[in-house]
Amino acid sequence: MKAGLRQSMAWLHTWSGLLLGWLLLAMFVTGTSAYFREEISLWMAPELHHSEPSPETPALAWAALNDKAPDAKSWDLRLPDARSPVAELRWQPNTPAAPDSGRRRGEQAVMDAGTGDLLSPRASRGGDFLYRFHFELYGVPRIWARWLVCVATMFMLVAIISGVITHKKIFKDFFTFRPGKGQRSWLDSHNATAVLALPFHFMITYSGLLIFMVMLMPWGMNAAYQDGWRGFFQDVFPRDEATSEAGAPATLTDIAPLVSRTEAAFEQPVRRISVDWPNRDNAVIRVSTDKAPAVTDRRRGGNPTLVFNGTDGTLLERQPGDEAIPGAFRVYNLFVNLHLARFADPMVRGLFFLFGLGGTAMVATGMLLWVSKRTQQLRGKAPGGALRLVNGLNIASLTGLLGALAAYFAANRLLPVEWAGRESWEIRVFFLAWLLALGHALLRPNRRGWIEQLAAITVLWASLPVLNLATTDSHLFSATAWRVGALAGFDVVCLILAGVWGYALWRVVQRRTIRGQGPLPQRPRPQQSMAQDPRSQRGARTAGDGA
Amino acid sequence: MSRLFLQRLATWPGLGVALRTLIAVFGGYALAACATAALSVWLPTAPATAVITANLLSFLIYTVAVLWAFSTRSAARACAGIMAPTLLLAGLAWLGRAENLL
Repeated sequence: MKAGLRQSMAWLHTWSGLLLGWLLLAMFVTGTSAYFREEISLWMAPELHHSEPSPETPALAWAALNDKAPDAKSWDLRLPDARSPVAELRWQPNTPAAPDSGRRRGEQAVMDAGTGDLLSPRASRGGDFLYRFHFELYGVPRIWARWLVCVATMFMLVAIISGVITHKKIFKDFFTFRPGKGQRSWLDSHNATAVLALPFHFMITYSGLLIFMVMLMPWGMNAAYQDGWRGFFQDVFPRDEATSEAGAPATLTDIAPLVSRTEAAFEQPVRRISVDWPNRDNAVIRVSTDKAPAVTDRRRGGNPTLVFNGTDGTLLERQPGDEAIPGAFRVYNLFVNLHLARFADPMVRGLFFLFGLGGTAMVATGMLLWVSKRTQQLRGKAPGGALRLVNGLNIASLTGLLGALAAYFAANRLLPVEWAGRESWEIRVFFLAWLLALGHALLRPNRRGWIEQLAAITVLWASLPVLNLATTDSHLFSATAWRVGALAGFDVVCLILAGVWGYALWRVVQRRTIRGQGPLPQRPRPQQSMAQDPRSQRGARTAGDGA
Repeated sequence: MSRLFLQRLATWPGLGVALRTLIAVFGGYALAACATAALSVWLPTAPATAVITANLLSFLIYTVAVLWAFSTRSAARACAGIMAPTLLLAGLAWLGRAENLL
């Protein structure tokens, strides 16, 4: 504390990083996977893989909704796009709300976009489980989990800024890599992964807090509006009072001309169609195109939309209008849209995925650096309980979680398709695998533990495409997988990641003389310097700014 | 017994760290919350824009407060340096609310 700004920041960086590092690691891994949430969900539902979009899809969906729910309160139809080959139908039945049913989700179905048949995919939470885990964990009351995640995020923001202050030569350090030097190498790779994607790391933490600002920091809204955040949202997103009564029965207009009018108006493919009071004389049809035109545009209501009268097809309104968005909202939208990658095409999405992996590597190398440094200070003595615990938890939170992910994907293919509890059993397999890895890591909190778990995850990830080959007909050697890019992409990414884990395994096996674990020959030192000169100990502790 | 405990506590080297942590986490949040409320009512723009601007700044204010609490010379300074602006901003926020001005 007394030793100046850089030392106090280094201290803060080390301990805030260690305290919530494990949680951050889990958030980074699941959050990175969430960039491909829809692709993962699709991969985990092989029953949907053969759907092929056609120009008739809107009309087929129209017919299916008319068949399924002609008297619904509303319809919501999501058309296929580059990320998903099926049409998703949702509708809200016209029944009075149960008094305490909470949020009403309505009903939904998935339609084959080519044939119009309703499909019944195997029960699975798919990518949504990982996406939810990223910000509300699992099995913990939602509000508690969100607060915990936000506290970790706040710690990371502090760790990022204090980490930058700690570095006097941040850009010089970025070009410094001293491989094969134990603690030095971990420090360098921690610096490289942190600095390389520093704008991304800052963006992702800061925007993460902004996304939950209503929960975290409601005091501005409470001060400025009589009824707090409700008043704020009513002001920002004024919502037209939906007609709450059904009109007289009437025939809906044909959907195809409305779709082509919208596509012509915005020069983008139509993505979503929603209908209030279908088959009534007060029906309203909203046809929306793919995405918001700019990354700074608002989240809600950002997609270009034409609103039509449902019975005669006349244009009622064009959204968004041309009202200007104030600068502060543009900044807010920019950060939130970047976090969620709402605007991203597949290339940009892949880039964000790589940045997410970089963030995972940054947290992981930081944790490894913590252990490596303290192991080096032992100079060959047996590590104490705390160090073993940290090392064990590192193993479980990195390789253990990656193994659990692979187990989750494998369970999707191996559990019986018609089994009643398969959806929750997929998740149970995920946690059982993780627990198993934790037990193993706590029993072997050392180099052997790393080697065994790295070997296990290499095998697990490499076997996923093989398992896919054995259990589905949309594998890497099929035309289906390559027609729907997400499917081939999933298997290819599995193989690449298996290669990365295999490379890490090979490095750990090779570098046994460096890590400083186990009975290794240390640099010869005069024996008394350790025993008599306490400064050498202190010197070792402050060497390496970032730790 | 309690005197012994207090004596021990006063000389415990972790005391400064523990105090600073408390000040940083809770004091920093209080400072950010009061700053957000004060900015939301006093920024000369439309209320929604003022709220968003204040919220954009709030997490940066919190971060700077935490860093400052750990970098300043003593825990007492950290405490005073965060409490004083918090009280000032709380007063401003209270004054700014329409029903309190009358």
